[in-house]
Amino acid sequence: MNEIPAPVLEWDLIAPLMVLGAVAVVGVLLEAFVPRGPRFVVQASVAVAGVLAALGTTVWTATRVDVLDGEVLARGQVAAEGALSVDGPALFTWGLLLVLALLSMLLFAERRLGGGLSAFTGRAADAPGSPGEAEATRHRLEHTEVFPLALFALLGMMLFAASTDLLMMFVALEVLSLPLYVLCGLARRRRLLSQEAALKYFLLGAFSSAFFLYGVALVYGYAGGFGLAEVADAVASRTQERPLLLAGVALLAVGLLFKVGAVPFHSWTPDVYQGAPTPVTAFMAAGTKAAAVVALARVLLVAFGGAEWDWQPAFWAVAALTMLVGAVGSIAQGDVKRMLAYSSIAHAGFILVGVVGAQGGDGVTSVSSALFYLTAYGVATIGAFAVVMLVRDASGESTDLETWTGLGRRAPWLAGAFALFMLSFAGIPLTAGFIGKWGVFSAAWAGGLWPLVVLGVLVSAVAAFFYVRVVLTMFFDEPRPDGPLLAVPGAMTTVVVTVAAVATVALGVMPGPVLDLAQQAGAFVR
Amino acid sequence: MNDVLDTAWVLVALPLAGALLLLTWGKESDRFGHWIGTAASAASFVWGVVLFVALAGRDAGDRSVTTNLFTWFDAGRVRVDMALTYDQLSALFVLLITGVGTLIHVYSIGYMADDPRRRRFFAFLNLFVASMLTLVLAADYLVLFLGWEGVGLASYLLIGFWQHKPSAAAAAQKAFVMNRVGDLGMVIAIALMLAHLGTTDIDRVATGVPALSQGVVTALGLLLLLGACGKSAQVPLQAWLLDAMEGPTPVSALIHAATMVTAGVYLIVRSSAIFDASETARLAVVAVGLVTLLVGAAIGCAKDDIKKALAGSTMSQIGYMTLAAGLGPAGYAFAIFHLVTHGFFKANMFLGAGSVMHGTGDDVDMRHYGALRTAMPITFFTFAAGYLAIIGFPGLSGFWSKDKIIETAFGFNVWVGLGTLLGAGVTAFYMTRLMVMTFLGRKRWRDGVHPHESPAVMTVPLVVLAALSVLGGVMLLGHWITDWLAPVVGEAHHEELPVPAIVLTLLVLVVVVAGVALAWATYGRREVAADAPADREVGWWTRAARHELYGNAVNDALVVRPTGQLVRGVTAFDRQVVAGAVGGLAGLFRDASQGLGRLQTGFVRSYALVLFAGAAALAAALLAVTIA
Repeated sequence: MNEIPAPVLEWDLIAPLMVLGAVAVVGVLLEAFVPRGPRFVVQASVAVAGVLAALGTTVWTATRVDVLDGEVLARGQVAAEGALSVDGPALFTWGLLLVLALLSMLLFAERRLGGGLSAFTGRAADAPGSPGEAEATRHRLEHTEVFPLALFALLGMMLFAASTDLLMMFVALEVLSLPLYVLCGLARRRRLLSQEAALKYFLLGAFSSAFFLYGVALVYGYAGGFGLAEVADAVASRTQERPLLLAGVALLAVGLLFKVGAVPFHSWTPDVYQGAPTPVTAFMAAGTKAAAVVALARVLLVAFGGAEWDWQPAFWAVAALTMLVGAVGSIAQGDVKRMLAYSSIAHAGFILVGVVGAQGGDGVTSVSSALFYLTAYGVATIGAFAVVMLVRDASGESTDLETWTGLGRRAPWLAGAFALFMLSFAGIPLTAGFIGKWGVFSAAWAGGLWPLVVLGVLVSAVAAFFYVRVVLTMFFDEPRPDGPLLAVPGAMTTVVVTVAAVATVALGVMPGPVLDLAQQAGAFVR
Repeated sequence: MNDVLDTAWVLVALPLAGALLLLTWGKESDRFGHWIGTAASAASFVWGVVLFVALAGRDAGDRSVTTNLFTWFDAGRVRVDMALTYDQLSALFVLLITGVGTLIHVYSIGYMADDPRRRRFFAFLNLFVASMLTLVLAADYLVLFLGWEGVGLASYLLIGFWQHKPSAAAAAQKAFVMNRVGDLGMVIAIALMLAHLGTTDIDRVATGVPALSQGVVTALGLLLLLGACGKSAQVPLQAWLLDAMEGPTPVSALIHAATMVTAGVYLIVRSSAIFDASETARLAVVAVGLVTLLVGAAIGCAKDDIKKALAGSTMSQIGYMTLAAGLGPAGYAFAIFHLVTHGFFKANMFLGAGSVMHGTGDDVDMRHYGALRTAMPITFFTFAAGYLAIIGFPGLSGFWSKDKIIETAFGFNVWVGLGTLLGAGVTAFYMTRLMVMTFLGRKRWRDGVHPHESPAVMTVPLVVLAALSVLGGVMLLGHWITDWLAPVVGEAHHEELPVPAIVLTLLVLVVVVAGVALAWATYGRREVAADAPADREVGWWTRAARHELYGNAVNDALVVRPTGQLVRGVTAFDRQVVAGAVGGLAGLFRDASQGLGRLQTGFVRSYALVLFAGAAALAAALLAVTIA
């Protein structure tokens, strides 16, 4: 009888994942055993505590990884039987994801805005508008499963960013996606829109996952292994059957670009961002994008770095298209959440410029510039959606841009914060967005990709047009008499908006520390 | 070094804190805000006295203390320190600014008592004091420029303080814009220093000057002079000062008479190393000073508005200072001496004028005054002290300071000397005219005006300033002022005079008496018309002087109209070409965006189709690259 060897797990390196997974499981148990009264508070507290614990462990782990000697700076090692690479970029992304998740959890836990009820539906099984729904509201039911679901999605994101094995990556992709599909459909208000968003996201997500899996199969056929390092070796040594490899790259990329939100795999983004409960939108807009960008960069630079001349032109086109469609598409949007969705597409394009811009396979500057960009984008995104949560009328959030007219007169601080996030998105100096754009563009410039950089700068100008237009609408037009009511922000939302605003300014004025951190993350470890 | 003189920053910090406090505190501080402002200024004065005593107690060679507070910025080759120099020159200015400033704060408590925005007024006054102190304490031209712009801002805010009056708003803008012209000179000068010396530190610039070519030094001198002209209202940038009288009278006294407008003189004296090295620049300074002193005096003769007459006089007196500063080491100390005594007597007279206006319902036309002597005795006597001081009545402060300048001017050049002599005569004329029309003669009060003496909070500063106007001359005792300033501005070597000094003094007195007599004959003996004669009834010289020697017309023709044309041209280009292109482009993008929006059908099947097509395209592109 063959013995099955026990896997060797580097517990110290994967501790953050373990902590987070354990807390998520505990959350499921709490769901079963804690009575309904205190359950929401308990779940929220456990989720926040779990994220904080994982954050602490990540910092602890980050101090334990070694710096590798080599041509380029790199730190960390491959762990868990070659499934995960706990390296600088992965650790930075974990930290970023956890911070963003922490802010998102605070938004999840906000109950002041909806008359003491969270943004999630009371009983998802009820049909919208049915007597059951009214009953659920009357009994003040709440779906507290959202916290463990979000933690599982977060775990998936962290796995996704660190996977150095294609199968592991697929598992991570599903772990991150499935809870998000569910979360998208749980909005308390405008439930039909929310359920439609969830279904669309699920269908298209499943479709793209199939592409990804097919790509994995083709690449396996070419390389004879799932590990990114094995693929890289095969790419370096084999010269036959290139079409097989490239078809695999294309199909893998579809799955990854779908999650990044790149054109032409972006169609889901506006509908899903608009329909999903705003805290969920904030969480996935910031988190999914960060995890997917890092995973994409890892696949492209580690596994297919040797064949970069073959795939780079196609990706330049994707980056250019993404920037253009995102920026141009947002101009005509009349809904704040849709506008932010298009904006996120444009940002995906800018990040892709940095990711695919680097030459020669070292990718140090391109990865660190993308990491900084993700940080700047992430905090501003969560802050912006937090503001969206606060502008409400009788039927919930008032996301029609028209109703935001003159908001600056009525709520100068809130509108000021939103304007700050818009300016950061536009890349105005002294905000984080400027440093981020400067980083990705200079990385691409150093890689010789000046046409893409020129296009990027021009598109930034187009993008600035609609960001500034929002600012103008808020501050320079007379308020409408039937304008939305402004919710009194609860402590949680206030904290989120404040932290995001402060971080946006701080990263713009003194980017040094975080920029250093991103640079010290170094290259991917294979 | 742990030294009391290292705490010069406290001088700036106190009024700055006052300004911030008053500007940010809400309405509840309206009741006592003016006391905070006054206390901040007074505390700064007290600290200035402490530092002065400490400085005077030192050896002459040890009286310049530079403190580096922090590095303002460090950009490779260029490093600018936020450093303050407290030396003999800045010490005198500190006392003048905070001393006169505090008196004017006190006066303003009464003067602005009925103004609903009094707290803000005091905030601006404090801001001014802080900026002016920064200016005179700066150890670096860039820090000096910070103060320079700060006083410009404060001046703008205070001239336009009564912003509901369009004339005040326009005057504030005019002052600001004209000062920009001078500031341009300052900025270019600082840039030149950076380019040629790599530093803007005043001491290091001074030591670096000998290494520079003559052309650069002259350019530096002329550019700094341009800056000085703007701030000190010297020809050709003089026109704003008369309009600046739209501001509340304490502002005119503090900023547009006693302190800020002398900043140009300070700049020239502080940059003595540059001017010493360039004959041409010095000559330009003398010329500017001489022209301004005559132009200002001429304007002072024709104005019926008491504040504008005084403003003309201020221009003229600063002309004296500028001229003295242009005479090189022989004149620097006397320029500063006259600056200080002028600060006393002109502040005194402006506040006196404010007191008169206070008593006559804010009327500024001297033809509506007359015989105020009995109605406002304290104002009269204090004003008389200022009057005697400015015309150079023997023994009073102005006598000593102006006499010294005239003497030095004669030592430089007979014609320049004669110019200053003429200026002294005209000064006597217009000041006597003002005095007679205001306080003597018959009542020409308008109906319903009942002149009355001002409250004590206003008259006490008047009395103090009158005493200083009378006694200011003691600074010259035993050549104290020249010896005191010698380490900063250089030792004065005595010029040969064409005639003995005592004869010159007598000559000045004769001219002054002649000026007084002429004015008395014209305005004291005869009845003053209650309404000004129309322009066509007066001689061309009066008409010219009334119109400020057509300074505004010149500015209009040379600068304002051409600039207006340019702006109109640029605006038209912007509207039609730039905005048209942008508008067209924006429309294009909007259409593209709507097109994209139509692709977003909302049907998941079409999304899937797009996704599938995208995947196919991506795979095709990748394969195409390999095959190609």
